[in-house]
Amino acid sequence: MTDDPIAPEGDPAARACPDCDLLQVIPELPPGGKARCARCGRMLATRSSAPSDLPLALTLTALLVLIVANTMPLMGLSVAGRQAITTIGGGAYQMWLQGQEVTAVTVAFCALIAPAGYILFMLIVLLAAKRPPAPQWVGDMLRWADAMQPWAMVDVMMLGILVALVKIADLARVEPDIGMYAVGILILLFPAISVSLNPEEIWARLEWADGESPLPAPETSTPEPPSSGSTP
Amino acid sequence: MRTSPLTAAQAGLVNCETCGLLSQPASAAEPGYCPRCGMALEWRRPRSIQTTWALVTAAAICYIPANLLPVLGTTTLGSTEYDTIMGGVVFLYTTGSWPLALIVLIASVMVPLGKLVALSYLLITVQRGSIRSNRERTRLYRMVEIIGRWSMLDVFVDTFTVALVQLKPLMSIQPGPGVAFFAAVVVLTMIAASTFDPRLIWDAGVDKEFRNA
Ligand SMILES: [Zn+2]
Repeated sequence: MTDDPIAPEGDPAARACPDCDLLQVIPELPPGGKARCARCGRMLATRSSAPSDLPLALTLTALLVLIVANTMPLMGLSVAGRQAITTIGGGAYQMWLQGQEVTAVTVAFCALIAPAGYILFMLIVLLAAKRPPAPQWVGDMLRWADAMQPWAMVDVMMLGILVALVKIADLARVEPDIGMYAVGILILLFPAISVSLNPEEIWARLEWADGESPLPAPETSTPEPPSSGSTP
Repeated sequence: MRTSPLTAAQAGLVNCETCGLLSQPASAAEPGYCPRCGMALEWRRPRSIQTTWALVTAAAICYIPANLLPVLGTTTLGSTEYDTIMGGVVFLYTTGSWPLALIVLIASVMVPLGKLVALSYLLITVQRGSIRSNRERTRLYRMVEIIGRWSMLDVFVDTFTVALVQLKPLMSIQPGPGVAFFAAVVVLTMIAASTFDPRLIWDAGVDKEFRNA
């Protein structure tokens, strides 16, 4: 029992399950391999088989598509010769105009701010972590991207728009516009970014909060000197 | 025969919830900060049970007006008709298509109610120190975390219906007070899921000192 080798603090392979706190050592994973918690089944580690620049490429694409999705109209409506269009922001703005401030803020956060925040923070993290040691604030950005992720609801919004279209189809003629197709692409890009990214790899390249330089990668023979300007 | 599994807490190690680094704090009472990412370390999420109960209760209270108050009002030529969430489901069923009616029914009525019931069940079993079906309860918790955001569906439906149908004086659709309560239910249950600490499910019968009273 006590000769169990699991305990070393700082062993990068030793991990505690976030869902049940069980200590375990993650074996070297093959590309595309996954490690699950032996007790509760929670996914503990994955090793992407994708090239290392894929998350960055996906995030850059997502940024461009996001700009299109937010600036172009989602759909147009015409009835009795009158026409109307709406954008994502236009939806939230109309809610605000109608006296539903709470709903307007919630919609703006889930449909605009959280998706944009996630992509921007990820972009900064991926660019900054390209050459280790990356400064401490990159860790804050990664934490914020993580916090934004569950609130970024482009997929839920898309289904909501489709249901709204069916409801309105009874009253008027509606046609999807460019913004709608951009949202459709975003729905595929968001999960692709998180699947292709291994946050553990990013954390390993960051300068520690207590001033330590990140552990040198196995392939680099000379340890990098700690960069200056960090607070102890 | 079977060696009992060792948790990080039993080994005197704290798992950083932000970056996943295991560290050995100098003092068990004050774990301090993660040496790598600098976040405050906690053995378990602080005041997990009380905070989650408070959020679940608040969400349950909002769930009632969310379903009883109208979410949409349709004005055609001066007369206005109000619709609740269930009214919207019935409308989709009769004029649209039943698959969409079913999706809205599941996402807006059953998912929020299911989240409230599931979180209450998890809180009660943790408080009673249950040691049964831990794996299933952990799975239930993960499901609440994953599907939680889909109950936002009707808020988006209402938002884009309102945004598009503004053809005054011909026809216009306004939001009703039910939408704000509904959005509140979704936000409160999502935060409730994140304040609940699933490790408490496994702490029962192992280490009472880590259970937040
Ligand atoms: Zn586990």
